Amino acid sequence: MTQFLQTLFDGVTVGCLYALIALGYTMVYGILKFINFAHSDVFALGVWMSITIAGWIGIGAAGEPVPPWYMGVLVMLLAMGVCGAVGFTVERIAYRPLRGAPRINVLITAIGVSLFLQNFGQLRWIFGAYPKAFPTLLGDQTLFSLAGVNFRLSDAAVIGTAVALMAALQYLIFRTKMGAAMRAVSFSPRNASLMGINVDLVISFTFVVGTMLAAAAGFLYGVKYGGQAKQTADSMWVMLGLKAFVAAVVGGIGNVRGAVLGGLLIGLIEWFGVAYLGSQYRDAYVFAILILVLLFRPAGVLGKATIEKV
Amino acid sequence: MLWAFPPEHLKRNDPMNALTLRGRLLKFGLALAALTTSLACEAKESRPAPKAAPAPAAAPAPAMEEENADEIKIGHYASLTGSEATFGVSTDNGIKLAVAERNAAGGVKGKKIKLITYDNQGKPQESVVAVTRLIDQDKVVAVLGEVASSRSLAGAPVCQRKGVPMVTPSSTNPDVTSVGNMISRVCFIDPFQGYVGAKFARENLNLSKGATLYNRAQAYSSGLSNNFVESFKKLGGTVVSEQAYSDGDNDFSAQLTAIRAKGAEFIYIPGYYTEVVNIAKQARRLGMNVPLIGGDGWDSEELRNAGDTLNGCYFSNHYSHEDTRPEVVEFIAKYQKEYGKVPDGLAALGYDAARLLFDAMDRADSLSGKDLAAAIAATKNFPGVTGTISMDSKRNATKDAVMLEVVNGVPKYKATIKPE
Repeated sequence: MTQFLQTLFDGVTVGCLYALIALGYTMVYGILKFINFAHSDVFALGVWMSITIAGWIGIGAAGEPVPPWYMGVLVMLLAMGVCGAVGFTVERIAYRPLRGAPRINVLITAIGVSLFLQNFGQLRWIFGAYPKAFPTLLGDQTLFSLAGVNFRLSDAAVIGTAVALMAALQYLIFRTKMGAAMRAVSFSPRNASLMGINVDLVISFTFVVGTMLAAAAGFLYGVKYGGQAKQTADSMWVMLGLKAFVAAVVGGIGNVRGAVLGGLLIGLIEWFGVAYLGSQYRDAYVFAILILVLLFRPAGVLGKATIEKV
Repeated sequence: MLWAFPPEHLKRNDPMNALTLRGRLLKFGLALAALTTSLACEAKESRPAPKAAPAPAAAPAPAMEEENADEIKIGHYASLTGSEATFGVSTDNGIKLAVAERNAAGGVKGKKIKLITYDNQGKPQESVVAVTRLIDQDKVVAVLGEVASSRSLAGAPVCQRKGVPMVTPSSTNPDVTSVGNMISRVCFIDPFQGYVGAKFARENLNLSKGATLYNRAQAYSSGLSNNFVESFKKLGGTVVSEQAYSDGDNDFSAQLTAIRAKGAEFIYIPGYYTEVVNIAKQARRLGMNVPLIGGDGWDSEELRNAGDTLNGCYFSNHYSHEDTRPEVVEFIAKYQKEYGKVPDGLAALGYDAARLLFDAMDRADSLSGKDLAAAIAATKNFPGVTGTISMDSKRNATKDAVMLEVVNGVPKYKATIKPE
C-alpha cells in the first residue's frame, strides 16, 4: 500500500512537470504545425536561469537558511521572463524567416537551435560545463504523512504551481481575446489574417507563453530536486524533453487538455512501470505507450482525427 | 497539411527585403560563430589543466610542426569536463606530477617527457576522437586513460589497432584489458571489487539482505553490480531487489520505493559520485536510513556536496590517504604542495600509471609499441602509491582494496580487504 501510494504520488508530481513542458510543444504545434525540438533546451535553460538568478540574489546556497517563499516566486518569474525573451528571439531570428519554407527546413532549424542552446550554455561565461547544485528555495518539511508516505512541501508546491499555471493557460486560451486569436490562427492562419488578426504577433505570443511554461517547469524541477547537482549539457534534459513530447503526442498533439492528460499519464506509466515491472526498461515503457497510441489512436487520446484531402 | 501550401500573406515575396534580412542574419550568425569559437578556445586554454593547445579548426595544429627529437610524447584522454569532471582532473594532476618529477630527474632514456591531454567531455564517442588524435596527429608513444570503463572500452580498440600501448589508471571492468595485448591497467578488477563490497557488508557489518541500484548504461556499474550479487550470494546473503537507472536519470524515487518495499538492509550502489549524492538525498527524503555501499566510482572531493546524508555509508577504493606507508606519505606531501588539496584515489592511480609507464620505458629495448607493451606486461613488484603492482597474465594488477567510511562527505579508512 505504501509503495502504491508513494508511486502514485511521485508519478503525479513528475507528470505535472511533463505536462507543463508538453504544453509548450502542443501550443506551437497547434499554431505552426511543427515540432519545436529546441523546447527541451528552453526547459533546461529555465533550470539554469533559476540557479543563476538565485545565485545573483544570493539565496538558497547549501547550508544557508531557506529563503522566504516569495523569493522563490520572484526567481521563478525572473527565469520565466528571461526564457520568454529567449523564446521570442529564437522565433524572430530562426523560425519567422522560414515561415513560407517547407516544414522539413523548419524542423532542421529547430534541431540547430537546440544544438546551439546546448553548446552556448556550456561556455564558461554562460553556465559552464561543470555540474552545479540546485539551490534550496523551499523548505522540505513534511506536510502530513499517510500510510507511510510523506507529503512534502516541495512536492505540494510543484503540483500547486503546475495546476495554477495550467488553469491560467486554460483561461487565456478559452476566455480572452488573445486566446480567441490563437485558436483562430490555429484553425486557419489565412482566414485569421483576413479577419484582421496579426498572425505574426499571435505566433510570437504563443512562443513566449510556451517557453515561459517550460521555464516554470524548469524552476519547479529545481525546487523538487533542491540541493542536487546536474550539468548544463546532460542527456537528461533531452530525455525529459522527449518524454514531454511523447506526452503531447499521447494526449493528442495540438490539444491543450490532451497535453495535460498525456503528461500525467506518462508520469504515472513511467513510475508504476519502474516500481512494479522493473527499472531496467524505464524509458521503454514510455516509448511503448507512444507506439501503442500511434498504432491504435494516431490522433492521440483527446485528439480528433482530421480528414485530409489530397 | 497547413503549411504545404503556405498562405500568401506569409510568403516573403519581396526579394530585396528577403535578401537584406538574410544578409543581416548571415552576418549576425557569422559574428556569433566567431565569438563562440574564440571564447571556446580561450576557455580551453585557461583551464586549470594546461593542455598542449588542442588546436581548434582555425589555428594550425602546433603538435604537427614541432617534431622535437629530444622529447618523448605520451597522451592522456580524460573527462576534464562533464558530470565526472573530477575523475579526469584528479588523474591528470597525478600524471602531471609524475611527469614533472621524472623530467626533473633527467627524463627517460635521456629525453624529456611531454604530456598531451585531451578532454573527452565524459563521452565514449569523444574518447575515440581524442585517442585517434593523440596517436595519428601527435604521434604519442603511449596512451594513459580513462577512468570510466565505458570510455576506456571506447579508446582501447583504437590503441590496439594502431599498436600503441594503453595503460588505464582506474578502469576496473575486466573487459577493458581483454581488448588485446596493448592494453593494461594498474588497478584491481571488478570481480575482486564486488567481492570486497560483499565481504565487508556480510562480515564487517553483519548484514544479510541487500539490494543493488546500478547504472545500466555504464559497463563499470552493471558489471560491478553483477560481481557483487554473485559474491554476496556465495557468502550466504540474499539480494532482494536489483534496480537500474540510466545515464542522465535524475529521479530514483521509484526504484528506491521498490527497494524499500522489499525490506533491504543496505543498498549496493556501484555508480559515480554525482549520481550517488543525488540517490542518497532522495533515499533520505523517502525516510530510508539504511547504509549505502559502493565502489571506487564514489571517490571524489564532490562527495562533500552530500553533507551528512552519506554518513554511515562505505565504499571500496584503491588507497586511503590515511595510509602511513612512506610512498603514500611522500606522494600526498608532494601533491598537496602542488595542488593544495588531498589527492583522491584517482590522482594516486594516475601517478602510479605514469610512473609504471616510465619504468617500463626504462626497461624496454625500444619505444616501439610492441617492445613497450611487452615491458609493461612484464612489470613485477613495482612499488606504487596504491600498493605493489605486478601484472598478471591478463595485464591486470593484483592488489589489496580498502573500505572507506564517508564522514560528512570525507572518506575515512575503515578496513583493508585482501584478494581471496
